[in-house]
Amino acid sequence: MSYSPEGATLQIHLKGSWTIGQDLPSAREVTDHVAARPGTGRITFDHSGLTDWDSGLLTFLVSLQNRCAASDLEVDINGLPQGVIRLLSLAREFKELEEPLDRKTPETFLAAVGSRAIGSVRYFTGVLEFIGEASVALTRLVRGRARFRRSDLGLLFSECGAQALPIVSLISILVGLILAFVGVVQLRMFGAQIYIANLVGIAMAREMGAMMTAIIMMGRTGAAFATQLGTMEVNEEIDALKTLGISPMEFLVMPRMLALVLMMPLLTVYADLVGILGGAMVGVGMFDLSSQQYWEQTVKAVNLNHFTIGVAKSAVFAVLIAASGCFHGMHSERSASAVGYAATRAVVVGIVLIVVTDGIFAVITSTLGI
Amino acid sequence: MRMNDAHIAVRDVTLAYDSYLVLKDLTFTIERSDIFIIMGGNGCGKSTLLKIMIGLKEPASGKVFYDGVSFWDADPTERNAILKRVGILYQRNALWSSMTLEENISLPLEEYTDLGPRQIKEIVNLKLSLVGLTGFEDHYPSELSGGMQKRAALARAMALDPEILFFDEPSAGLDPINARLLDDLIVELSDSLKTTVVVITHDLASIFAVGTRSILLDPETKTILASGNPRRLLEESRDPKVLTFLTRGQTDADRSSIARCFSGYLYKDGKKDVHP
Repeated sequence: MSYSPEGATLQIHLKGSWTIGQDLPSAREVTDHVAARPGTGRITFDHSGLTDWDSGLLTFLVSLQNRCAASDLEVDINGLPQGVIRLLSLAREFKELEEPLDRKTPETFLAAVGSRAIGSVRYFTGVLEFIGEASVALTRLVRGRARFRRSDLGLLFSECGAQALPIVSLISILVGLILAFVGVVQLRMFGAQIYIANLVGIAMAREMGAMMTAIIMMGRTGAAFATQLGTMEVNEEIDALKTLGISPMEFLVMPRMLALVLMMPLLTVYADLVGILGGAMVGVGMFDLSSQQYWEQTVKAVNLNHFTIGVAKSAVFAVLIAASGCFHGMHSERSASAVGYAATRAVVVGIVLIVVTDGIFAVITSTLGI
Repeated sequence: MRMNDAHIAVRDVTLAYDSYLVLKDLTFTIERSDIFIIMGGNGCGKSTLLKIMIGLKEPASGKVFYDGVSFWDADPTERNAILKRVGILYQRNALWSSMTLEENISLPLEEYTDLGPRQIKEIVNLKLSLVGLTGFEDHYPSELSGGMQKRAALARAMALDPEILFFDEPSAGLDPINARLLDDLIVELSDSLKTTVVVITHDLASIFAVGTRSILLDPETKTILASGNPRRLLEESRDPKVLTFLTRGQTDADRSSIARCFSGYLYKDGKKDVHP
């Protein structure tokens, strides 16, 4: 690129190849050049030396046009290749036709706070609505009048139950091992290794079995529910159910909730046992307790209350997991990223609910002294 | 308020998302065994209007009457009774992806009829054969091509022999041949079963091929720009906006030839011949 000034006109000679990926001059260089020569009012072009061009040249010209328009410089594009002229006028035309959307303008702070507040109010009314509809569907389910496919239920049982066994086994055994390890280091100082059995047994039965299973199931099954229902929403499948007069709450949510509520307690009992096994592996394998001893100590320490509390909690967690997964799935927006967001939201909200509920249970049980 | 022979009557319906007004004061009547086209450019609110008509979204104001019964004032049981008489072909087909075609089509039948499994199976086979999908009973929707999914969705929409069939952008995603076959099927259904058909589309070929009556929605004035037989609109309308829409902007072209070339139908003494 070179310049040849003639009075008030600055002619720009375009030379060589102007293609994307090369180090192209910027429009700013031209305007700086113009600024250094007061009195220039017009820019013309000469493309006789131009060998090759693509969008690289166009973006340069468009930004030059914009800069010149701002400083009242006339840009005469007639000296450019025909194709460039046509594309430039096309770009102009659309710019004039459509006002740039103003929705990208940043919100003021107050407006942002306001729309957040409205958003959360809407979210909570949505939650209330969901709880209401779910209760209605639940009464219909209890009275045996809910409409859903029994074969779906079978699949869901296996999805929420048997298929989760490997991951539940792995996590539970590790939790048992870790609890035993941490505990035994302390207990050994008093020569009370045998009490690992109590520690692991009670912790697994009361807390960790239900809690870890719930968190696994939230990440595994809850997220799956959210994406399944979110995708169904995207594909209008939920609309198709509604217009057929089938309540998605009965048809989609109830079987999922039922499957989780029935399977989670079973998984929790299983997790308790596997966790205790993990503890025994540490106690027996590394700290010279006999397996007989460990077993008897566990049986002595853990009573039915501990187990019942854990199992009861797991049923409540199951409701929370299914509700969080289904609610966020059904309220997903209709795009791929929205479905992903729904799954994320479902898991985050679900885990928060699980932990908070667990806290509430702890307060209640300690008040009741059980 | 009862309207004679008006199968669906839309009265002063206003559509809005929160504070954003989409369409206002729409009033039109769809008569029995009409093939009624709701047309309009992208983003003019066609699909929202459909949602209001099929009960997925409540109108900001106004009423929708089915055989004189106001849909949005009816109680849930009555609404279900109305919806039972309605079949809908969704733009994205909306086949339940976790069910086979047979299960997709039998679900409405299981819900609303007392038929035994064998009778249901027979009906499913019949519906599938009507759309040329015999032998695909055990396939899942994802195993079918776009055109086959569309036809399967149509079979499901027809499962309960509805009095009214809604088509949301039926030719979206179909090649010209399949789109044409679907158009033929729409005409056939309307002729033989006396089904009232409501088609939401901006596909000119379909509009001229099947439409007996139509309304054209205008996003600028947010209301109905023109109504009537689409072919007649093309021939007689003086409104430049209507003509621009119906001729794809070629307002100076010979109008009757446009209708003919888009629709592929021949007209003899004013009667349409389905197979030229």
